[in-house]
Amino acid sequence: MGQPFTISLDSLLDPVDFDAMRETAAAGGCSSSSCGSSARPEDMDADVWERIKDHPCYSEEAHHYFARMHVAVAPACNIQCNYCNRKYDCANESRPGVVSEKLTPDQARRKVIAVANEVPQLSVLGIAGPGDACYDWKKSQATFSAIAKDIPDIKLCISTNGLSLPDRVDQLADMNVDHVTITINMVDPEIGAKIYPWIYFRNRRWTGVEASQILHERQMLGLEMLTARGVLTKINSVMIPGINDEHLIEVNRWVKQRGAFLHNVMPLISDPAHGTHFGLTGQRGPSAMELKALQDRLEGGAKLMRHCRQCRADAVGLLGEDRGQEFTLDQLPEAVDYDPAKRTAYREIVAGERGDHVAARKAAAAAIQENAAEGQSMLVAVATKGGGRVNEHFGHAKEFQIYEASSKGVVFVGHRKVEAYCMGGFGEDATLDAVIAALEGVRHVLCAKIGDCPKDMLEAAGIEASDAYAYEYAETAIGALYAQTFARAPGRAVA
Amino acid sequence: MAFKIIASQCTACGACEFECPTAAIRFKNDTYMIDPKTCTECEGHFDTQQCNSVCPVPKTCVKA
Repeated sequence: MGQPFTISLDSLLDPVDFDAMRETAAAGGCSSSSCGSSARPEDMDADVWERIKDHPCYSEEAHHYFARMHVAVAPACNIQCNYCNRKYDCANESRPGVVSEKLTPDQARRKVIAVANEVPQLSVLGIAGPGDACYDWKKSQATFSAIAKDIPDIKLCISTNGLSLPDRVDQLADMNVDHVTITINMVDPEIGAKIYPWIYFRNRRWTGVEASQILHERQMLGLEMLTARGVLTKINSVMIPGINDEHLIEVNRWVKQRGAFLHNVMPLISDPAHGTHFGLTGQRGPSAMELKALQDRLEGGAKLMRHCRQCRADAVGLLGEDRGQEFTLDQLPEAVDYDPAKRTAYREIVAGERGDHVAARKAAAAAIQENAAEGQSMLVAVATKGGGRVNEHFGHAKEFQIYEASSKGVVFVGHRKVEAYCMGGFGEDATLDAVIAALEGVRHVLCAKIGDCPKDMLEAAGIEASDAYAYEYAETAIGALYAQTFARAPGRAVA
Repeated sequence: MAFKIIASQCTACGACEFECPTAAIRFKNDTYMIDPKTCTECEGHFDTQQCNSVCPVPKTCVKA
């Protein structure tokens, strides 16, 4: 260990020690050569980078550091999707459209301030329903305008199915909502008819191909209007095997042409217990490798997002963690005052840490290029609790971040959700089997610590687990691992 | 002549509330209710009942 930042980032999940953060920032903040904005990728212009660098959903790099919260103020929806059912809720369930409690705009304001005071990583406030934020507009609007007054630097973000979007684009732009996500699953109404049983538009219900034709036209119009106003637009698509999986290549082409900033292809979540149409009819979701194969084919079109966690409409925290239960309505104080101290201090730390991370990533890419053999790539799973480092125990991991190492460098390609293997010291064999299944296609697991028993069982399944790179940056660790693995490979001389 | 909401099926999403042309729908006791005295079944306003058209749960906004 030894790096001061490791300590501060380990404390991400604990109550924040504010003084320690200050010290850390002062100690290491700008000592690196690349403080601040140098984390910007070379192919992105400075203006866009400035707008997304703290947005965990728009920048893969930012999602290691920054947190979002959704407030569930917009329960009403104007379309029905076959993968959605908002009737049931379970606090342990993580999927879009699910919430524990709906909020009024005033309750939402108190919740956001309470979270901003406690969670220094908070940078984005989003409204993702649980219905449609553009259709249930009055509540979305009231929430945004109240919070923008209290916390002027928070980024406002909205998610919509697009049907009401064209009516709201001007108001969104006026309120400085800089990030809009449209869920677009098709550009062919025949396919849409298999996904949307009905829509409600212009005072009546529409069904079948006609419904999807209207929805499609409204989505494209909304996207074009946003692009014309310079709003960054992300497209979410649900990958439904056998219905729109191949078709999403066409969707990607359409949205790229119309100026979408990012395309996020997500797997269908389908379980009979959720009570959705697809769940009840046995429509399956894609496997992790099917999803990755499609995402790989889309590379080169609209830029892909691979770190989406499909969070709840009331999620709070870093992507992949949900602290919503700490901020339920009954725990909120009647009156709250915003205190920017923690968020400001955290930003100083991140600015320094980020520069170091970028330098580490470049070094790793260079190391790999030296060792790269043609066509040699491997998938590595990293257990992390934030900060882009190998810093989570194997048994505590609720998800693994998957990186692909190849001659192109080390690239984040997705994540796999698992049940935490360790339950207070006792590992469950059944859980480990599920972890092994979730790690399909992965050759190596890196974590901060792992017991001998799970390590041996993973090895028996062909997965090499190691805690040798604990607390390193993921890229640094994987670079070293790659060099080691392929230097040993038969037919290659060891330099 | 009025519509009613089957409370056991209502998800309280509120979509119906602002579509009702006579403002007959209110949130009361954790669910939405239609005031039968104010409801006109949308006659004179629309061809179809707005609450039923937008409700996400089938057979939840029905004739009283």
